[in-house]
Amino acid sequence: MENSGEEPAVEGGFDGAKATELVAELRRTFASGRTRGFEWRAAQLKAIVRMIEEKETEITAALYEDLSKPGMESYLHEVSMAKAACTFALKELKRWMKPEKVPSSITTFPSTAEIAPEPLGVVLVISAWNYPFLLSIDPVIGAIAAGNAVVLKPSEIAPSTSALFAKLLPDYIDNSCIKVVEGEVPETTALLEQKWDKIFYTGNGKVGRIVMAAAAKHLTPVALELGGKCPVLVDSNVDLKVASKRIVVGKWGCNNGQACIAPDYILTTKSFASKLVDSLKETLDKFYGKDPMESADLSRIVNSNHFNRLAKLLNDEKVSGTVVYGGQQDEKRLKIAPTLLLDVPHDSLMMKEEIFGPLLPILTVSLLEIRMHHLLTFLVSNKSSITCFFLQFDKVEECFDFIYSKDKPLAAYLFTKDKKLKEKFVRTVSAGGMLINDTILHLANPHLPFGGVGESGIGAYHGKFSFDTFSHKKAILSRSFGGEARARYPPYTPQKQKILRGLINGSFIALLLALLGWPRD
Amino acid sequence: MEKLEAAVKEVREAYESGRTRSLSWRRTQLAALRRLLYEREDDIFIALKEDLGKHQAEAYRDEAFDAPCWILLCLLMRSLFDFDFDIDFSCSGLPQVGILIKSVNLALEDLKKWMAPVKISLPLIAFPSTAEIVPEPLGVVLIFSSWNFPIGLSLEPLIGAISAGNAVFLKPSELAPSSANFLLNIIPKYLDNKAVKVIQGGQEVGEKLLDQKWDKIFFTGSPHVARIVMTAAAKHLTPVALELGGKCPAIVDSIAGERNRKVAVQRIVGGKWVSCSGQACISVDYILVEEKFAPTLVELLKATLRKFFPNSDFLSRIINEQHFHRLSNLIKDPSVANTIVHGGSIDYEKLFIEPTILLDPPLDSEIMTGEIFGPLLPIITVKNIEDSIAFIRARPKPLVIYAFTQNNKLKSRIEAETSSGSLTINDTMTQFAFDTLPFGGVGASGFGQYHGKFSFDMFSHKKPVLRRSFLMEYSFRYPAWHEWKLPFLRSVYHFDYFSLVLRMLGLK
Repeated sequence: MENSGEEPAVEGGFDGAKATELVAELRRTFASGRTRGFEWRAAQLKAIVRMIEEKETEITAALYEDLSKPGMESYLHEVSMAKAACTFALKELKRWMKPEKVPSSITTFPSTAEIAPEPLGVVLVISAWNYPFLLSIDPVIGAIAAGNAVVLKPSEIAPSTSALFAKLLPDYIDNSCIKVVEGEVPETTALLEQKWDKIFYTGNGKVGRIVMAAAAKHLTPVALELGGKCPVLVDSNVDLKVASKRIVVGKWGCNNGQACIAPDYILTTKSFASKLVDSLKETLDKFYGKDPMESADLSRIVNSNHFNRLAKLLNDEKVSGTVVYGGQQDEKRLKIAPTLLLDVPHDSLMMKEEIFGPLLPILTVSLLEIRMHHLLTFLVSNKSSITCFFLQFDKVEECFDFIYSKDKPLAAYLFTKDKKLKEKFVRTVSAGGMLINDTILHLANPHLPFGGVGESGIGAYHGKFSFDTFSHKKAILSRSFGGEARARYPPYTPQKQKILRGLINGSFIALLLALLGWPRD
Repeated sequence: MEKLEAAVKEVREAYESGRTRSLSWRRTQLAALRRLLYEREDDIFIALKEDLGKHQAEAYRDEAFDAPCWILLCLLMRSLFDFDFDIDFSCSGLPQVGILIKSVNLALEDLKKWMAPVKISLPLIAFPSTAEIVPEPLGVVLIFSSWNFPIGLSLEPLIGAISAGNAVFLKPSELAPSSANFLLNIIPKYLDNKAVKVIQGGQEVGEKLLDQKWDKIFFTGSPHVARIVMTAAAKHLTPVALELGGKCPAIVDSIAGERNRKVAVQRIVGGKWVSCSGQACISVDYILVEEKFAPTLVELLKATLRKFFPNSDFLSRIINEQHFHRLSNLIKDPSVANTIVHGGSIDYEKLFIEPTILLDPPLDSEIMTGEIFGPLLPIITVKNIEDSIAFIRARPKPLVIYAFTQNNKLKSRIEAETSSGSLTINDTMTQFAFDTLPFGGVGASGFGQYHGKFSFDMFSHKKPVLRRSFLMEYSFRYPAWHEWKLPFLRSVYHFDYFSLVLRMLGLK
């Protein structure tokens, strides 16, 4: 995901002094205890549900302005997901808030032990432009559920949604504890200079590093939701029609590829590639018509910066002649057609960075299919995404360097009917999340943590995991004054040492004797 | 330094070979670690004695207890003979070897359970699918440990890192050289020395290590260094766990009953001086007490100190000259020195500082603004004991808050209104020994929790895995988007299967 913003600062806006004032105000309200009670949290969450229900048209309209996002996609991926997250939190909140009793070991009997979640304090949420509604409100829901005061900084790259938040939220939720700050780099910098109790950032690795370095000054914990090149491995034994549909909807049906978990590239076997390409073409035709540039069911590219970036990837000399479908560009309307590329070289620009757009390279394995298993064994999870193997390597040694140079992706997808291959994939490939025989769907399950690992980020959220991300789990041990004795304290007499020695040696008899005072020296 | 890079490379290769992932490797390493603890117990005590002058018995209690056996016996003794004996084994002791053995045993016992994927239930609409959360190792992790419990704070995270299947680089503190030496020499004799490495050195080595890319950095130490660690980690987007300290207060209510008072004071003395002379991140830093109860408390503390420490043999010394000077400077200022009500003498030769109690030193003095980390105990008086809540809230969040009280209302107020890594009622230090409780800070006292299963989680990535089949396709899931698809999707999102079926049958 991108969260750039090279544009100059807005005059007379939000600066360091204002940021300090804002945080101080929130600290005061947080300290008053206002946000801690169940009632407050539930009321805010209910208000958010109400906002989503009442303002669905406005939200969808803002998303259309920012990204020409098709209404159905806005509903599917943003509005309904946000609402589902909120209602789920409402339903579970009481259970989440309840301290968890843990067995207090017999060693400290009589005592009780529990783990009580408590809010962290004042938290900052910086969100991204590609799902500007969901990626803003979803962490805010978690932060509220956990009882924190929140500042939301929506992405300036999706200005309509950002403005909508600034306008709508105060009408629905408690203004004294939840604030929206709009702005670009200077505003974000001013915010990052403050001391927060948690910073939740969705965006790219470059800004992620800046956020974490800023957080280090105040020892603030961070959650970083980043992206990465999410691979899709397609075996030759799949139900081709279904697989193609699921890949296409995961790629272009998600904001035209501008999603952090959208398939970034496909790996398949040499012999199967042409069949897969044909099937993907057919599916694309069916979904978006013969002229996808005119389809209303595709988002546009967010802005000209990103358009130029993608055009550069597509116009890269190294990939010339590899386009097998699409490739049309219209700078004026910021549109790029769904594009399939076959056998792009692995040193092309496209294979070096996250694509984050409607281009889908397909890489093929020159080796025999039968060796897929064999290859996977080498995919020791560390930095590898399954990827590399299926580039056209002849020597296994060559692959190794390539594998280890790859970063862990946010999601890895595998399409296969081969049970063993599935297991190997799960065991050896490391990724934020993993989905077999489908794309994207794991995001929608509130029982699954969503987040990256390695280069794809730190920390997970969704459902209870969101609550946990914004909570501190306080260990509480409660004892009585009973059960006290002397051996625990100095002076350390020879007898006490003997007891200890007996214990270490596991000699019950010696211990018993020592406790009873025998044998005496 | 090339050697260092070569060593880091070797560890990464060991990890990438995949062997650290297997249950058998993890088991073998943990069992070897347990053997190390049993066989090298004497060496550990010698190293600790050299580094900190810990009394052997303190080291035993702190480091060598086999808790379950101890407890069973104590319970047996109580029931059989009405023997008034201590049943809390760990008490004041910050556990090293003893708790370590307990931790290894727990890890060995539960490892398989921890490693097992957790099945997740799915809504009907997703049928046929299965979902699970699979814990997987993070990769190569770096552990920085500290000098005050040089063995325990090195090996406890190591147990977690190995349990989770990581390769590990361990840098013990250079301020406890004997212990560092011990770890450097002994660990390779027991553990897979390609996948688990110990490196010795000071700041320079630390900086070089931080230039490398790790998959997790676990740091125990001061906030100052923690900032450096986290800033370095940010370059590689490496997650960090920071185990810091802070001024841990003990709220002491006006406890009723002579015996209860005695017990409370023993536990406070245990939590302050018995373990490493207050040089522990969970030591009691200062006491909050009501004005009217303060004189009683001071007298009780004095009496207990006299009883526990007839001479200095039973006290750890100060780690080094630098810390010795830091501590003696804290009580040098006349405005602070005037408030000393017990102790105060220092022995430069032996680096000993007498257990010292101060009554109401100025709140803006250094002793009350920074973490003490030594045998000095300021007592701050408040009008009402409830005022201590506001006092604590006005300061950075400590690693632990201790409260001695029989008042349930006060207990729940403290629980709800203060924030700290952990909260312990009516005892000190014991929370550290609980593997069912997470241990770690919040706010200024750090972040990231470990011990028991929490250690395993800390060094694991929880990977969600969703498996689907090619059956059951809903066309309304796909573009082109027609108006008729929306009601279907709405039904799905509301889990309204009834209307979904009706719609599919064309009845709605």
